Amino acid sequence: MKAAVIEFPGSNCDHDVHHVLNDVAGIPAEYVWHRETSLAGYDAVVLPGGFAYGDYLRCGAIARFSPIMAEVERFAAEGRPVLGICNGFQMLTECHLLPGAMLRNRKLKFLCRDVHLRVERSGSLFTKKYRRGEVLRIPIAHMDGNYVCDAATLEELERGKCIVFRYTHPDGARADDSDDANPNGSLASIAGITNTEGNVLGMMPHPERLSEAVLGGTDGKKLFLSLKKFLEGRSA
Amino acid sequence: MQFKIQVFLKSSVLDPQGKAVLGALHSMGFRDVTGVRVGKIFSVEVADGDPKEVRGRVEEFSRKLLCNPIIEDFTLLP
Repeated sequence: MKAAVIEFPGSNCDHDVHHVLNDVAGIPAEYVWHRETSLAGYDAVVLPGGFAYGDYLRCGAIARFSPIMAEVERFAAEGRPVLGICNGFQMLTECHLLPGAMLRNRKLKFLCRDVHLRVERSGSLFTKKYRRGEVLRIPIAHMDGNYVCDAATLEELERGKCIVFRYTHPDGARADDSDDANPNGSLASIAGITNTEGNVLGMMPHPERLSEAVLGGTDGKKLFLSLKKFLEGRSA
Repeated sequence: MQFKIQVFLKSSVLDPQGKAVLGALHSMGFRDVTGVRVGKIFSVEVADGDPKEVRGRVEEFSRKLLCNPIIEDFTLLP
């Protein structure tokens, strides 16, 4: 079992997620430079947070054409797990592994604070260890996380149970689109979605930043433990 | 050959930057301004070739890279 953490020029959460995979969840992880062209030997891929290519043009737009991304797209098409966190989620929308796009946060500010998320779906390979309806406290740190898609796509996401995390109030009550509990103004309070097959997850909040008690909380840890359980099942 | 490509958010997509600029214009006293959209212009140099073919390729990379067709439209400026 081995996970690849892809590093782009400007990635800055690569070490955090590498640490959590390796030392907290027990998934051996290695860094893979974005100029590489092979993911042979890896069982999962993480696109970490950060500011790949300085967020020039649009967040994730240039990273999408890094040499490794063709291989990430192939890897995803084979049904293997791909996790994009924050900038990684932006890349996943830019390369169309996930539908929709990101706009600037509603209030045009970079937001760096804890938010509450509700687990909308516990069946996904990334959320098996969570209960449906569980409320998590996880930090966000982004400028462009205002998720948008057209009405038909939203309906498909709802119908396909692809919306995995939504921004909510601390008690789990759904945040209104204009409400402060939906920090960036995302459509339908979407914080994280999967593809129809469920093997590609993109989320704006940073579970790797809240996976150890010493950092103030462990609500993100079960995401990595869910992934580990899935990978163990595959290799068994 | 030089091309200028203009990119704007689609009219169906709320442009929070445009809205903020509109608010600033109003607070400056330009009350007659009724709408602002913020966009980008790319100036691109391409080696000379068959004009139709080159234009086709400029349109292709505009669609694939310079804009995100889910939220933006591009226009080749004359």
